[in-house]
Amino acid sequence: MLVKQNKPYVINKKIDSYFDGVYHAFKFVKRFFTEVIRPPFHFQEVINQSYEIGIKSLSLITLTGFIVGMVFTKQSRPSLEDFGATSWLPSLIGIAIVRALAALVTALICAGKVGSSIGAELGSMKVTEQIDAMEVSAINPFKYLVVTRVLATSLTIPILALYCSFVGLLGSYVNVNGSESSSLTMFYKNAFSDISFLDIFASVVKSIFYGFTIGMVGCYKGYYATQGTRGVGKAANEAVVLSMFLIFVEEIIIVQVSNWIRLY
Amino acid sequence: MISNKNIAPPPVINIKNVYKSFRELEVLKGISLSVFKGENMAILGKSGSGKSVLIKMMIGLLQPDKGEVFVLNQEVKNLQGKELDALRLRIGFSFQNSALYDSMNVFQNLAFPLIMNHKNLSKAEVRHAVEEALVAVGLESKELQMPADLSGGQRKRIGIARTLILKPEIMLYDEPTSGLDPVTSSEINALIMNVQKVYQTSSVIITHDLTCAKNTCNRIAMLIDGSFLKVGTFEEVFNQQTDLISPFYNYNFIQ
Repeated sequence: MLVKQNKPYVINKKIDSYFDGVYHAFKFVKRFFTEVIRPPFHFQEVINQSYEIGIKSLSLITLTGFIVGMVFTKQSRPSLEDFGATSWLPSLIGIAIVRALAALVTALICAGKVGSSIGAELGSMKVTEQIDAMEVSAINPFKYLVVTRVLATSLTIPILALYCSFVGLLGSYVNVNGSESSSLTMFYKNAFSDISFLDIFASVVKSIFYGFTIGMVGCYKGYYATQGTRGVGKAANEAVVLSMFLIFVEEIIIVQVSNWIRLY
Repeated sequence: MISNKNIAPPPVINIKNVYKSFRELEVLKGISLSVFKGENMAILGKSGSGKSVLIKMMIGLLQPDKGEVFVLNQEVKNLQGKELDALRLRIGFSFQNSALYDSMNVFQNLAFPLIMNHKNLSKAEVRHAVEEALVAVGLESKELQMPADLSGGQRKRIGIARTLILKPEIMLYDEPTSGLDPVTSSEINALIMNVQKVYQTSSVIITHDLTCAKNTCNRIAMLIDGSFLKVGTFEEVFNQQTDLISPFYNYNFIQ
């Protein structure tokens, strides 16, 4: 019979270890919610981490958001021209960027840049015993390292997503203005004409979920890194892959839920 | 070699019949040991013999599968949260690779545990404590340097200073001289002795460096294959050499 530390496997080694992993991750998330409401609170560290995350991602989000807005406008124009509906371009781009693209693009960039950085940083701290050093100094490393980073990503990524919407629309305006001159004010007015409060609210809410996912996955992978420097690289890599996968899953769920709310 | 004439009970660390396994690998097989107040105890053994596992149990980083570990009259396994933190504040742990926080300079490394545990301290008090700890390890000029810019010996000293800042009653050293040249090793040995004298600590020193054990410790416990083969003074352990002990002695003092 197969044995696990002298105990028999429930199904087999592979399936058992998969469910062990899921349970372990669940306990990690549960611990976050227990620790986040319990003092002491490290507000300064949350601010420091938010600043780090914001500054680290700002240039890439500016560039990507601007290009996405510009390219999306350029690609959409011929189709709308066929129907003589180019005047709907700002409104179409507004809906696409605010409802879907800005939050998703921001989350994917942050998963790559911030998620990997958190995974590598915590992984490196783990394998060099810096996390143990905190623990033996009576400092709760989970609270100081994990809670602060997850709060920082959950707070910062929605702000970055709103900024990405603004920059994306600016990129779109540059393209629109190149083809037919229009004022920036008029463009933004048209772009927001079909956007409701629910669209912006849903975008912010899903960005909070994305931020939480990126922070949590990065911290989880880093916090339990093993195998020395190889483990650090593995933690960073897995943090990116798993965050991106979960972001797409969340996107599908949140779109379904917001569409359902919109209908009722 | 230090005299052990004035050593008296009660034990500050009492290990009773401790077992520990990792999967199928049995690391500790029912070991017992007492470390008395004011005593320096060396635990010698080959790499992978369970020395670091044992020291980590003393501070609650690992739990025994069976048996009891009492530190300062409290069973570590039964402590959680604030109680465990309170015990840990009375113990200093010097890591093998120093475990300095890479993102902080030396001053911040030392101030961090102090600020996190004593939030009511003023900036001047924190600065004074950091300077005092740096003087104790002879590195007062390094407070603005980053850990990456320090030598191996300096990193060990800063690691020890970081534990001293909390004024521990017990010091646990994990391989304090590993990876250091003989001159720096002897400086670390002198520092361990000085810490015991100034801070009145009891210490457990995990090492495979016999010079370190001989120069800093009152007693030695020889850990072989998960059990203590011999416990006693340096002479008691090494005067009657067996096949298991002589390779250690020969490597350190003959080769």
